[in-house]
Amino acid sequence: MEKFTKLTSIVAPLDRANVDTDQIIPKQFLKRIERTGFGEFAFFDWRYLEDGVLNPDFILNQDRYRNANILVGGRNFGSGSSREHAPWALKEMGFQAIIATSFADIFRNNCMQNGMLPVILSESEVDTIMARALRGSGYKVTVDLESQTVTDDQGLNASFDVDPFRKNSLLEGLDDVGLSMSFGEAIDSFEEKRTARW
Amino acid sequence: MAKTMFEKIWEQHVVAEPEGQPALIYIDLHLVHEVTSPQAFEALRLTNRKVRRPDLTISTVDHNVPTDDTRAEEIKDPIARKQVETLRRNCKETGVTLYDVDSAAQGIVHVIGPEQGYTQPGMTIVCGDSHTSTHGAFGSLAFGIGTSEVEHVLATQTLRQAKPKTMEIRFNGDLKQGVTAKDMILSAIGKMGTAGGTGYVVEYTGDAIKKLSMAGRMTVCNMTIEAGARAGLIAPDDTTFDWMRGRKFVPKGEDFDTAVAEWRELASDEDAEYDALLEIDCDELEPHVSWGTNPGQVARVTDRVPSPEDFDDSADVSSAKRALEYMGLTGGTAIEDIEIDRVFIGSCTNARIEDLRAASHIVKGRKVASTVRAQIMPGSTLTKMLAEKEGLDKIFKEAGFEWRESGCSMCLGMNPDILEPGERCASTSNRNFEGRQGKGGRTHLVSPEMAAAAAIEGHFVDVRDWEIE
Repeated sequence: MEKFTKLTSIVAPLDRANVDTDQIIPKQFLKRIERTGFGEFAFFDWRYLEDGVLNPDFILNQDRYRNANILVGGRNFGSGSSREHAPWALKEMGFQAIIATSFADIFRNNCMQNGMLPVILSESEVDTIMARALRGSGYKVTVDLESQTVTDDQGLNASFDVDPFRKNSLLEGLDDVGLSMSFGEAIDSFEEKRTARW
Repeated sequence: MAKTMFEKIWEQHVVAEPEGQPALIYIDLHLVHEVTSPQAFEALRLTNRKVRRPDLTISTVDHNVPTDDTRAEEIKDPIARKQVETLRRNCKETGVTLYDVDSAAQGIVHVIGPEQGYTQPGMTIVCGDSHTSTHGAFGSLAFGIGTSEVEHVLATQTLRQAKPKTMEIRFNGDLKQGVTAKDMILSAIGKMGTAGGTGYVVEYTGDAIKKLSMAGRMTVCNMTIEAGARAGLIAPDDTTFDWMRGRKFVPKGEDFDTAVAEWRELASDEDAEYDALLEIDCDELEPHVSWGTNPGQVARVTDRVPSPEDFDDSADVSSAKRALEYMGLTGGTAIEDIEIDRVFIGSCTNARIEDLRAASHIVKGRKVASTVRAQIMPGSTLTKMLAEKEGLDKIFKEAGFEWRESGCSMCLGMNPDILEPGERCASTSNRNFEGRQGKGGRTHLVSPEMAAAAAIEGHFVDVRDWEIE
């Protein structure tokens, strides 16, 4: 897995609650058998007009957010379907960290399986970042996983919680499956007991 | 110490609890479908890893398959076809059982697991599908996972899990005629909101749960994820065991009795404590209809569509504003005045034989309104065959319903079954998200009885007033 350590980037604001995975990547694009090729279809229904032209009213289409690698969203971000295609699409669109007051559980797990960091901050901190990102152009924050902080050059200094195991996996870019396979003996002996019972 | 059912199942499945790491939990049953698995099988191939327990892994094709008479042919959409063919190839290479379109056991993965008897109390069950929570109706710990986790389970038959918190949702009282399991869970989500259950495993208790059929219990557990909780459980009891007895993969004879004795032990201890509690009175419960674009935006059938200013929280106000605009609704409209164009009776929420029977009682001897196109996609091929044996297909067809093949179909519209922009649908499915059933389509979530009655009248009606033969 790709590492996540520290990221300074322009912030793109998506000020909506309950952004669901059907919006992040609509079903007609889930048919691919690869992990790639989803980025251009992210937020498809909001991002494009009928004729495939970029919708000028969709905020992420504005030039000032074009190079953002950090997304700030509303509460319950990533609700709905378990499709990992959602973080794959966001990552390909350029986002490596997402800041919100809360995330849906499966989406949050899926992000961390892909070197992406979901950051939970308080409502006032998210509101501050959202307002600053909406106001000007070029507003940046730094997300630092080691110190578990989000900072900007206007005095923001927010800290966030992260599971220590997931933190380490992201910092080191560890392969979850490989690590669990090192518990092969424990799995073997569990299975022996289980087979005896059933 | 007194334990909840969740804690008992959890403890029975801990393989390892390494210091500073989430527990490694053993998975008893891994369900697989075509959409969320190809990248997982491919990753195994690239890392030279094997499927550890193909015997505990079951797959079917449900999301992409057509439900019309082209079913036996190749899927027309080349990308969808490739996805289905990829699952066929992956199953063949790894020895995983596949219930393909030509099998009677084919169907929506959360319908066929219980129907075939794979789903059993006390199990841990996962699938790359958020509605895996359905299987909790049997007292199993069942939840949806992403594709990376599918890969993890294929390779190790385990999953890394931080232990969730527990919530009890207690449904007191008795449901009135015409009020269903769907209304129970829609009302709960309406009260909790779509994130109210985040971080929790829910256990459903109370008299109204005990009196529910297994189909009703599956409907309740199915939509647990719509409240943000990944898993919902119900203690197995005689209703569970009677429903299971004789199914293909359920233990037989003495083994069944032994298993039942063990399964009875799973129920939460009387003085077990939960981290949270929600109580709902079913005596007063009415049929529910969703009006917005998430499953927490629901109203009683006798209510009116709310206005944005009815909400206190600013995020709820802007959500309601967006939702009303998308849904083409005005605050203050009576729910019963909302006219519909389409009816979809189907999905892992409400397409079991019991659901089809309930809808048929409403439809019998009546005609679908001339302005409505109504379709039924049974939850599995076996369900369809059983319904035909009971003559339900004739009732539906005579009324003007289309009687189709099984699959996820218009619940998410990955196959050709979708709403046209602006079309309004009474749907027995689980999500009313923007574009879920087709770009610009407008979904109202209801019970099978409410969907059937809406098909007849062309608008929502209070099914409690309905005369049933």
